[in-house]
Amino acid sequence: MSVLAVLLAVAVLAVVVFVVSAPLRTARAAQDAAVAPDAQEHLSTQHELEVAREAKYREIRDAELDYRTGKLSREDYDAVDGALRAEAVEILDRLEDSERG
Amino acid sequence: MAGLGSVCLVLALVVCAYGIGASLYGVRTSRVEFSESGRRSVYALAMILTVAFVVLEVAFLRNDFAFNTVADTSSRTTPAFYRAAAVWSSQEGSLLLWAWLLSLWASLALFLTRRRMRDVAAYATAILLGFGGFFVSLMVFYANPFNTTSPAPPEGAGLDPLLRFPTMMIHPPMLYSGYTLCTIPLAFGMGALLARRVDAEWIKSIRRFAFAAWLFLGAGILLGARWSYSELGWGGYWGWDAVENASLMPWLTGTAFLHSLMIQEKRGMLKVWNVSLVLATGTLAIMGTFLVRSGILNSIHAFGGQTLGIPFVILIAVLIAGSIYLVVSRREMLRSEHRLDSLLSRESIFLANNLVLVGLCFVIFWGTYFPLISKALTGQEASVGPPWFDRYTVPLALILVLLSGIGPVIAWRRATLANARRNFVVPVLLALLTLVVLLGAGVQQKPWAIAMFCCGAFVFGSIGQEFFRGARARRAMAGEAAPLALVALVRRNRRRYGGYIVHIGIAVLFIGVAASSSFQHATELGLSPGQSARVGSYSVSYVRPTATITPKYDAAHTGSTLSLGAVLDVTKHGHHVATLNPSEGYYASQEPSQGTVGSLIGGQPVSHVSMDAGVTRDVWTAIEPDIETPALKRIVTIGNRTLPPEDAIVAIGYLARAYLQHPPVAQFHFIDSPLVMWIWLGGLIVFTGGLVAIWPAPSAVRRRVTMRSRARAAHGLARA
Repeated sequence: MSVLAVLLAVAVLAVVVFVVSAPLRTARAAQDAAVAPDAQEHLSTQHELEVAREAKYREIRDAELDYRTGKLSREDYDAVDGALRAEAVEILDRLEDSERG
Repeated sequence: MAGLGSVCLVLALVVCAYGIGASLYGVRTSRVEFSESGRRSVYALAMILTVAFVVLEVAFLRNDFAFNTVADTSSRTTPAFYRAAAVWSSQEGSLLLWAWLLSLWASLALFLTRRRMRDVAAYATAILLGFGGFFVSLMVFYANPFNTTSPAPPEGAGLDPLLRFPTMMIHPPMLYSGYTLCTIPLAFGMGALLARRVDAEWIKSIRRFAFAAWLFLGAGILLGARWSYSELGWGGYWGWDAVENASLMPWLTGTAFLHSLMIQEKRGMLKVWNVSLVLATGTLAIMGTFLVRSGILNSIHAFGGQTLGIPFVILIAVLIAGSIYLVVSRREMLRSEHRLDSLLSRESIFLANNLVLVGLCFVIFWGTYFPLISKALTGQEASVGPPWFDRYTVPLALILVLLSGIGPVIAWRRATLANARRNFVVPVLLALLTLVVLLGAGVQQKPWAIAMFCCGAFVFGSIGQEFFRGARARRAMAGEAAPLALVALVRRNRRRYGGYIVHIGIAVLFIGVAASSSFQHATELGLSPGQSARVGSYSVSYVRPTATITPKYDAAHTGSTLSLGAVLDVTKHGHHVATLNPSEGYYASQEPSQGTVGSLIGGQPVSHVSMDAGVTRDVWTAIEPDIETPALKRIVTIGNRTLPPEDAIVAIGYLARAYLQHPPVAQFHFIDSPLVMWIWLGGLIVFTGGLVAIWPAPSAVRRRVTMRSRARAAHGLARA
């Protein structure tokens, strides 16, 4: 190998070691590591509820678009919309409980 | 610099091993710093493989023939663009491309999920590094792109003339991007199962990557079809070749997943089905990669010589066994949250669509692997050809196109029969009108094609109706002018209307396939200059022969030494339609036994087709000149005997002049094919629709929409 190739190989190795070992060395990683498993579980549940909330809002909009484009009768739309809003409220309640707790 | 490349591969292998260990240790012991270090290993892998790729790319561009792969697939006379792309024309280089693209996409996926699903992401990291380590170890132990020869040969063998075509050079990066992107949902799916977190979050995280995989795979497949049509000289775009099929199968299951994913997002249903589709798609992507390199099935696409079959078989076996174990052992937490409300619902149509897509995949899988299946069962290898595939895929494709028109006009959850009947009036009328027009025009003898045209018209009607009604509703709500309302409608409902555009594209594409395959006229003609022949409604006249000598480059930058062709004049009912210039390129070979002159043109001849492409029809032709006449052979023989290598090109000049002065009868393959361009246009429309669907909404719009919906939901609560 040429000198340049050796130098480049050493540089690549140095950068790799620096990047990969950074979380093991830094204070922030230690702080994160101090987060208890329960707290992680709580955060995950919250993320999950936020995803479910966004999906439910999208469903409500889709149902309205289905009604306005003639795919749903007024009666069907009212029934579907009511059910969706009830499900959305349930998710919002659970999210509120999660944020409080 | 080859040494640097090899060092990078070894370092990459070490990083993969470390990253797998760190990620698994981190997630099992909740030591976040180790999971984070594992994730950074993926970034490091991407950096290392970028360096390795650059080393190889520079070697190609600098004609460093000390590198074996450069000497095998490039030469000083290969144009720069093709030299740059020749990196992935070999087994070794394509493995490096695969691993590099995997590391880039994996880095992106893990970066975007760095603050969420820590346990799922940690398992996904380990799996993605497992794939990376597998491909890197193939290079380290079996097919090293940085192997060298000393002293370096003065010249390389050159790029296979069949690959000297722009779309063929872009096709592998697109296809490999599709394959590698398929591993992202697989990794996250397995991670979700391993972490026992099979909720909505992991599905949401991988949706865009599944869509991107679908887009890239589709683009790669179409580019390959275009290359086949424009370059291979047989006039077809799809031959049910094993490697073609291998790329289509994950695309089909990926399409099914993108539809059933919506059902899981909305109704919490089909969790087992969706995770199985994700795992199957990723596994089929690996199997597609395996087919090209294993040598187990014959294909024009396959890398010859070296076989990497056994390692791939082991990997595929582990993937299949692992997937089955995970799904079965986690089936309790994959139970559906709801049931189907009604058979007349978009969910039902999507289910039917899924069954058809998976059915198509199964048929293609059976036909593709039939040689192996028959050998295992009977001891004799038998294969099935295009007629077998067509018999089963055509009816399924018809149903698929029909469903793509039915789904958009059916509501989610449930639709009433009266509403559905009203919504189907326009699409059905359009389909019937199409049928009447076709029958009236005397098009009766191809029932499957007619059925496809009618289904396509049905799709245009239903999707057109959706856009019209949606824009009308938008205008009624917002008071906008029609064009603005249409744009706003699509912007605010990108997934839905992007999907509708994709459906239009699919219908256009299948109409093109139906027309070009059912109503094509293909003829073999033997003509001398001055002669004419009738081909259907066309008259083809051989005007004059052509001959081009280009020791270094020819006009098409393909590097042929000699190119013999013809000028053809095509007319219809006395009116000029097109002038075609097909030719056959004769390339240098590496065979000294062919003589100094013979070896200049003794390589694999490549047909350069000529076509006049239009929206309604393509007129296509390829030529096979007779270079074996006694007069022409005598010139080569005398040249071999008397001329040194540096003067051999003079004999080629004499050969070309003799061909022009006394042109022998040439064989022409002539094809008149309707609506071929609809295939490529359909593909462009699909791609455009896909981009619309995948494009993120501006964050401000997202906030406004979310707040309005929340306010309305709260208002509903107050009402209730």
